[in-house]
Amino acid sequence: MIRVAWLILRKDLTVEVRSKEIVYTTLFFAVSCVLVFAFALVREGRGPEDGAAGILWIAVMFAGNLALGRTFERERQSETLRALLLAPASRPAVYVGKLLGILVLLFGAELLLVPLVALLFQARLLSHPFWLTAIMTTGTVGFAAVGTLFAAMLVRARSRDVLLPVLLYPITVPVIIAGVRGTATLLQPELDAGIIRFWFALLVTFDVVFVTLALWTFEAVMTD
Amino acid sequence: MSLSLDFDRVTVDEVSRHFGRRRAVSRVSFVAPRGSIIGLLGPNGAGKSTLLAMLATLLRPSGGSIRYGTLQAADAPPELRGRIGVLGHDLFLYPELTARENLAFFAGLYGRHDADDAARAALMRAGLADRGDDLVSSFSRGMRQRVALERALIHDPRLALLDEPFTGLDESSTRALVTRLQGLRESGAAIVLATHDLDVADGLLDEAIFLREGRMVDSLSRPEGLRAAYRRAMTGPSRS
Repeated sequence: MIRVAWLILRKDLTVEVRSKEIVYTTLFFAVSCVLVFAFALVREGRGPEDGAAGILWIAVMFAGNLALGRTFERERQSETLRALLLAPASRPAVYVGKLLGILVLLFGAELLLVPLVALLFQARLLSHPFWLTAIMTTGTVGFAAVGTLFAAMLVRARSRDVLLPVLLYPITVPVIIAGVRGTATLLQPELDAGIIRFWFALLVTFDVVFVTLALWTFEAVMTD
Repeated sequence: MSLSLDFDRVTVDEVSRHFGRRRAVSRVSFVAPRGSIIGLLGPNGAGKSTLLAMLATLLRPSGGSIRYGTLQAADAPPELRGRIGVLGHDLFLYPELTARENLAFFAGLYGRHDADDAARAALMRAGLADRGDDLVSSFSRGMRQRVALERALIHDPRLALLDEPFTGLDESSTRALVTRLQGLRESGAAIVLATHDLDVADGLLDEAIFLREGRMVDSLSRPEGLRAAYRRAMTGPSRS
């Protein structure tokens, strides 16, 4: 499984390095989103309390939705997803490979988004780098785990661009709430270790549940 | 328990496939023994591609069964797919990758540890050794078709499923493909191909299966004069 997942990840990254299509569109969209909120909400250099956490996660969600759609659109154009499913590997390995590719793209976007939001909203996002990394990583994994499954399922649906967010956002609401509340906890002057551990544990639980369910169902949903 | 995944024949037994209320394939039966080329012939919408998708394990039959040797398709482990090579109507190639990268990727995916060597040999067979480092997006349809065929065969499959393999090929490439298929048959592979190109298929096939509206209307062993037989099958009464 690891070998196949690695091959698919390496192939996705090679294609993306050549085309830069998803990186450019995702970053442009995410940065525009943050800028619009900054123009609307920041007054005299300060944004609303905890607002930075929500805006950061909105940008990640929107960028993630865009990246998921484009990644699988690419596999649809030459029906290469079928070729991946024909390989003599367990189909969950294909899922893991695609998930890792999405995660690399989203983590890359977050490397730009976090300092941008911290700067524009004068938020203390970077004051606890360990916990910020932990919350962002677990939240992104949970979001992408469900998103990768749905994007693969919808790859042949005519209204896939509309259906993906309609299905994805309601299901990932628990992840987004935990991500936003966890990130907002980091913005407080005094870090409450108990609360941040609670949100982190919740995100880890969501990740385990979502990834397990996706691995379990991927073979069945992709066969017919 | 070890399971033998080698098979000497593929048996399609009363296979049907429905999409909702639409019947794409209805009670089709034939056997593809090793060392044979079976042609699926019929107009658009006859069920050829659906049948190939079921043979490739991408679709489950709604009724009937497909057996690879003694192994039922429904019980087949993922490793069985390593014995099957598929050239689809879409070519299953990444246009942003070079021909060499495409072939090496799929060789690796099919578990070949010598993926780079396999890609090099496949490029030679495709007659594209000097274009191996060019992006597939820069290739003509015929060149892409040749790369796609080698992609489908890069793991030396026991069963090759080819959907319109002659599309976009010029005369010399078509001749080369016919020679390649004959070589594959001699090496012991079973080949099932769907084609509209009756002139090329004439004399190449060991058995022709004529499909119309999802039904098998006729079959011929060692068919000669395919065009006349095709016309008879498509205008005559249905056999089943």
